Amino acid sequence: MSTENTGNDQRTIRCMVAKVGLDGHDRGARVVARAFRDAGFEVIYSGLHKAPDEIVQAAVQEDVDVLGISILSGAHNTLVPKIIDGLEEYGAKDDTLVLVGGVIPKEDREGLKEEDVAAIFGPGTPIDETIDFIRENVPER
Amino acid sequence: MSGGREDKDDLVERLLGGDQRALARVISKIEDRSPGYRELVSRLHRHTGNAEVIGMTGAPGSGKSTLVDKMAEMYRERGETVGVIAIDPSSPFTGGAVLGDRIRMASNVGDMDVFFRSMSARGTLGGLSTATTDAVRALDAFGKDRIIIETVGAGQNEVDIVRTADTVAVLVPPGSGDAIQTLKAGILEIADVFVVNKADREGANRTVKELREMVGDLPSMPTGHHGADEMEMFSDETTEDEDDSEDDWTPPVIETVAKTGEGVEGFLEEVGRHRSWLVESGEIEEQARERYAAEIRTLLRQDTADIVQDEIDARGGIDEYAERVLRKETDPYAVVAEILEPIEECVREKPEGRDG
Repeated sequence: MSTENTGNDQRTIRCMVAKVGLDGHDRGARVVARAFRDAGFEVIYSGLHKAPDEIVQAAVQEDVDVLGISILSGAHNTLVPKIIDGLEEYGAKDDTLVLVGGVIPKEDREGLKEEDVAAIFGPGTPIDETIDFIRENVPER
Repeated sequence: MSGGREDKDDLVERLLGGDQRALARVISKIEDRSPGYRELVSRLHRHTGNAEVIGMTGAPGSGKSTLVDKMAEMYRERGETVGVIAIDPSSPFTGGAVLGDRIRMASNVGDMDVFFRSMSARGTLGGLSTATTDAVRALDAFGKDRIIIETVGAGQNEVDIVRTADTVAVLVPPGSGDAIQTLKAGILEIADVFVVNKADREGANRTVKELREMVGDLPSMPTGHHGADEMEMFSDETTEDEDDSEDDWTPPVIETVAKTGEGVEGFLEEVGRHRSWLVESGEIEEQARERYAAEIRTLLRQDTADIVQDEIDARGGIDEYAERVLRKETDPYAVVAEILEPIEECVREKPEGRDG
């Protein structure tokens, strides 16, 4: 019943699940989106084939806590930095937790993390692991 | 404590200065009802009143999102800025939601002058219409020319939400005549414009006809092609022709095919015509007054409910009382009287203070 003063501890976590670039496989992204919803998050799904600009626009306007980028095409090394630069341009980089899911070769992981990707979840990651990671690392606002 | 908390002055200043991120954050604070959000909204209030607010409602699958997308595109072509608030229901079980309307905003991607925000119902009764009103304020203060609120037309909650708009469009899918019969009476009453979207589909003509009969519209609706200037002339004409058109607005029935953009311009003309009618008839202020009154009432109800909740908590919680009622030691009316007594006492003492 009480609506005011519920405080930040009960803040609803907002996530965006984004498909960027040419890769047209979103079964994984959809499964993740549903799992996030069932975990009580609000999830905005971007739809397929989005350009980095579109992802940035959506993440900034929706003020999401978490941006999960799903990439299976191998173009992560160009697309992810573009998105992160875009977030920075709008002052959204510091309080958006950026995650990458999909097929990311081991040798690329360090590079992405240097770009401020908080975590990379490859195929076979239990979804609860991702959800726990989000709960623990959601940016304070 | 945390580095992420902005100074409130700064946030308002940044919003008024056109900072997208500040606008996004203010809406988050409104949605979260995070500490201090009221002060933010209070400060924004005097910067509002310039936007034209359009509510779009209709059954799932009636094509709201696609039509909203086309509307935004056309407003942008005219050089107007647009804010969209799309409301999706959330799961009553987990509170989670997948907010999918954004996918259909394909025509306006990369255009930051279309500010699209998804909101979920988040379960609190009445809370959503408050949050929507406040989010509209934020977009208005930000300087958006047009604000579109999009919501599924089911239930009182949604009716309350679209009521925060100046002009309400109700989308009706074509097809079985049942469509109209199944429209909730409450939804029909709030429509300023009816839109039969997907008008290329079978049954559209019939649906249009039925709707026109329902609103008592004459079949002599002028069709299309006039620009803004001619439109004004047109509304002058009708004022001369019909004496009562000053006080009466008959909802027009418009056909659109949102997917191709067909008929959308005609729809926007009707929205514009309704707006002119609101302004000329003085209805717009009357509407605003009613809205503010309703808002004050809602806030009072919420806040007094909070005070009562605090009182109940202080007395050990409602379960204790329920248990005592169950054991027939007391009854619900007696409990309410007991809890409210000190509060009523305060109110009774207040008038003297108010006068003196």
